Amino acid sequence: MRRNVLPGLHLSLGITLFYVGLIVVLPLAALVFKAASLGPAEYWSIVSSPRALASYKVTALSALVATLFNLVFGLALAWVLTRYRFPGRRIVDAMVDLPFALPTAVAGISLTALFSNNGWFGSVLSEAGLKVAYTPIGIMIAMCFTSLPFIVRTVQPVLEDLDPALEEAAQSLGGSDWTIFRKVILPLLTPALLAGLSLSFARSLGEFGAIIFIAGNQPMSTEITALLIFIRLEEYDYQAAAAIASVLLLTAFAMLAVTNWLQSRALRYTVKG
Amino acid sequence: MSAVASHKKPPRVGDGPVFRRLLIGIVLSLGALLILAPLLVIGHEAFKQGVKVYTSTLNHPDTRHAIMMTVITALIAVPVNTAFGVAAAWAITKFDFRGKRLLLVVIEIPFSVSPIVAGVAYLFVYGLQGLFGPWLDAHDIKILFALPGIVLASMFVTAPFVARELIPLMQAQGRDLEEAATSLGASGWRTFFSVTLPNVKWALLYGVVLCNARVMGEFGAVSIVSGNIRGQTNTLPLHIELLYHDYQAAGAFASASILALLAVFTIIAKVALERRGAGRRKAQATDAVSTGH
Repeated sequence: MRRNVLPGLHLSLGITLFYVGLIVVLPLAALVFKAASLGPAEYWSIVSSPRALASYKVTALSALVATLFNLVFGLALAWVLTRYRFPGRRIVDAMVDLPFALPTAVAGISLTALFSNNGWFGSVLSEAGLKVAYTPIGIMIAMCFTSLPFIVRTVQPVLEDLDPALEEAAQSLGGSDWTIFRKVILPLLTPALLAGLSLSFARSLGEFGAIIFIAGNQPMSTEITALLIFIRLEEYDYQAAAAIASVLLLTAFAMLAVTNWLQSRALRYTVKG
Repeated sequence: MSAVASHKKPPRVGDGPVFRRLLIGIVLSLGALLILAPLLVIGHEAFKQGVKVYTSTLNHPDTRHAIMMTVITALIAVPVNTAFGVAAAWAITKFDFRGKRLLLVVIEIPFSVSPIVAGVAYLFVYGLQGLFGPWLDAHDIKILFALPGIVLASMFVTAPFVARELIPLMQAQGRDLEEAATSLGASGWRTFFSVTLPNVKWALLYGVVLCNARVMGEFGAVSIVSGNIRGQTNTLPLHIELLYHDYQAAGAFASASILALLAVFTIIAKVALERRGAGRRKAQATDAVSTGH
């Protein structure tokens, strides 16, 4: 390796480590420390209490449904944006980022306004007998909204770079569109889809602002884990808050590991020299 | 010649006219329902009770104070985060050192952590039951339930924003230009400002715009560390929640309309910067970080 002549290693690395240490590592370490200071028995009884278990269940199930919906809708959206030309395509492409740009609290109250019984959608749906606001379906819709861009934005570049020759080869062998999509295109998209899926799922597990307005926030049924942590804090039950927050943190780390692994796999197969 | 070629070429997969129109129709309708409607309903609800309620909400001292808090928070958090992002990108892309992969992962952690978890974590550092809480209290320094806490929590949630835009780009651009500049006698700062910065300015601005949008809109983490004191520690998103739960829906949506406008401006800026090459080709560039040393 050649000798590096550039200056500023100590200054830039020093600033970086100090900032990351103070802003990211220290608080998370303090949280883990607090949770660990509970005895194992006490920790377990908090994180496996019926109310906590119910919150994991509604959070994880809603996140799963929202992610699967986004998998299909996000793929379709990415497909339409990359493969077809139609008026307003650029505007639609830009609007896909709205869920990232719109503050979660704003998304929360506007989704609630749409889906409450006298809202634009809620009034139609309630006549059809479907209640969305203040039910688990409301949670799913909020999660769908906030995590939609992940799938679109991970799949879009791969779709753009897809080599038309592969499709042409399959077509010349007489494959139908559906067969070619399933056997040729989908396998090429799978790594990116999986990466987007795990990002979307992780985001949904931790989402708070967009959900609490539209969820009914009833313990044991529509109370998400993030809200349960918030409630424990309001009750000054710091130990319970720390313990349950540590569960969300560990889940986030697990999801981060999965995402990194999937992304490194995705890159191995999609990047050409 | 190209006309002949395109005449002979079969249509690509999914290009059948019926399927194509059907898919575009379904996707755009669903998109309008899921993405456009939430934006439109904000304006509708904000002006439901007339322009007067709208302007009086925005003129109310509490709303003005909340806007001030949000702007001040962004004015501190965004520049500090930008400086960090530049330093991190310089260290990671211009030098080789052990633990670089780990550092990259740690910088990205805030993206995966729930904002609520972030808020709780800060409580256990600066709160009374936290690491420094008792000491801070004894010295009468207020961090939590005050502006410093809001700024710190905002910095946590946005820590990766600038760095993640700069790192892939600076990695792809390599070190040759900077090395040439230094060998010709330019100082480190001069090299950075005249060689590195012009090459990454759009990506930097892109990161700053996204960072700013997130800081101004952050809700979960800030709601834990702010204490939600009306007219004192309320940022705009917290103010929206307060009005909403006070049954002042029109006021909540009026305040929300400001943040919705910010979101629209953010998207416009994002598109404008992407036309100048920022934010694109992330996949290849990130790959360069993992393999390029």
